Amino acid sequence: MVMASATRTNRTTRTPAPGRHPSSLASLWRSSVGKKAVMAVSGLVMLAYLVAHMLGNLKVFSGPDDINGYAHWLRTLGQPFLHYGWFLWLARLVLLAAVLAHGTAAYQLSRRDLKARPVKYVHQRQRATYATRTMRWGGVILGLFIVWHILDLTTLTVNPAAEEGHPYQNIVASFSTWYSGGIYCLAMLALGLHVRHGFWSAAQTLGANNPRRDRGLKLAANGLALLLTAGFLSVPVAVMAGLVR
Amino acid sequence: MNLTLRIWRQQGPETPGEMTEYRVSGISEDMSFLEMLDTLNEELILRGERPVAFDHDCREGICGACGMVINGQAHGPERTTTCQLHMRHFDDGDTIDVEPWRAGAFPVVRDLMVDRSALDRIIGSGGYVTAPTGSAPEAHATPVPKEAADLAFEHAECIGCGACVAACPNGSAMLFTAAKVVHLNVLPQGAPERASRVRNMVETMDAEGFGGCTNTGECATACPKGIPLTGIARLNREFLRS
Ligand code: HEM
Ligand code: SF4
Ligand code: FES
Repeated sequence: MVMASATRTNRTTRTPAPGRHPSSLASLWRSSVGKKAVMAVSGLVMLAYLVAHMLGNLKVFSGPDDINGYAHWLRTLGQPFLHYGWFLWLARLVLLAAVLAHGTAAYQLSRRDLKARPVKYVHQRQRATYATRTMRWGGVILGLFIVWHILDLTTLTVNPAAEEGHPYQNIVASFSTWYSGGIYCLAMLALGLHVRHGFWSAAQTLGANNPRRDRGLKLAANGLALLLTAGFLSVPVAVMAGLVR
Repeated sequence: MNLTLRIWRQQGPETPGEMTEYRVSGISEDMSFLEMLDTLNEELILRGERPVAFDHDCREGICGACGMVINGQAHGPERTTTCQLHMRHFDDGDTIDVEPWRAGAFPVVRDLMVDRSALDRIIGSGGYVTAPTGSAPEAHATPVPKEAADLAFEHAECIGCGACVAACPNGSAMLFTAAKVVHLNVLPQGAPERASRVRNMVETMDAEGFGGCTNTGECATACPKGIPLTGIARLNREFLRS
């Protein structure tokens, strides 16, 4: 048992009375463990989307007709139940909710974490992996990248070609500039790191980890991170190498 | 052995502190870290200076009182408590930095002594079984599956030293709370209060100003009792299912 020898007695006890907890989403969001679960679920939603997105991107390698046709198909998905483009807007809505929930939880939890360790050690040592240590700044980089990426290839605001309905031409035009290719490559490396820690961490947060699964989950996280990064990187690299034009 | 120590000296909770350098000589490698500090304190007393305040009680690794951060590591370079850390793990001429546990929820009382009573309040909010006490029940009255018993024992080893909080970059008490919650929640005796226990203990943990878990894993590396990081996953599961 704990025996803090010098106890300051002037602190008020904040022990809650047992057994009066409304079980609701609000109380989940209020607790650090619940908020972290929201972060894990929204992260996994984005992760599932990214796997599909990455596989779709690989259609660049089978030519303009294939990927332009695929982009069109995405808009007709669910017809005639849904109208043209509705599926895409539904997906965007879910993703927007996920990004907002993830970012807000990340911000609030990070503030709490920093406040909980106000005094640093004089003798510092670095031990956690690079991926673990860069979750916060890597996340910020990803957030900024998402904004850039939408302006580049969705709204075409900053795209050199900006041909509505012709993603192939827009992709090639974008990655033919050094800055766009560079931003994209950097962001994908950040993504790999984020997923490397994030996937295993989400399993831990959602209570799915145990001693028998731990190694497997870490391997899966590394594999997933590698697959996503390599898959996403292949497109700008191929454009910059002149293989896709 | 001759050593240079750089120790955090702080008169009281509200006064500023600083690292102060001391030299000790004639240290035997069979001494524990605390005995080495005793040696320093005897010299300080002879010189008329205030001795270094640090917590300790059992000196055999079971009470959890003796926490301090040695060269940036909670309980020092070996996976044990400071009282069980021997000077043979250091070399003659070493400079050793000694600091108190650092966490918002652990205010410094003096020098290397911190107030860990926030951990007591987490226990107070659910780390027990509400049951009529009396003489110990017959051992076979409540059968416990082997796997549950092993898990409970593994997590019951926690001595509440607070090294996990001190090692965590977020000053989080998740490993401690996990140890207490898992210990009771996997046993039939703890089952009736399973849901309220985990909710109350997590709520108190948050209210005491501990940080959240980022699954960094420093806690389980520092824990002298080997409480596993996957215990936190189990705590999360208990919380989410409640
Ligand atoms: C809006 C930009 C983003 C920000 C600001 C951000 C930030 C963070 C932060 C601070 C963490 C917690 C790290 C920790 O606990 O040590 C985290 C975890 C995570 N992130 Fe992100 N992230 C972003 C985008 C993404 C994206 C695009 C994905 C999809 C692959 C993702 C997936 C995850 C996952 C799965 C976790 C683990 C959740 C957990 O630890 O339980 N994040 N993120
Ligand atoms: S979990 Fe380990 S490090 Fe944390 S208080 Fe218990 S014994 Fe100490
Ligand atoms: S003095 Fe009791 S554990 Fe070290």
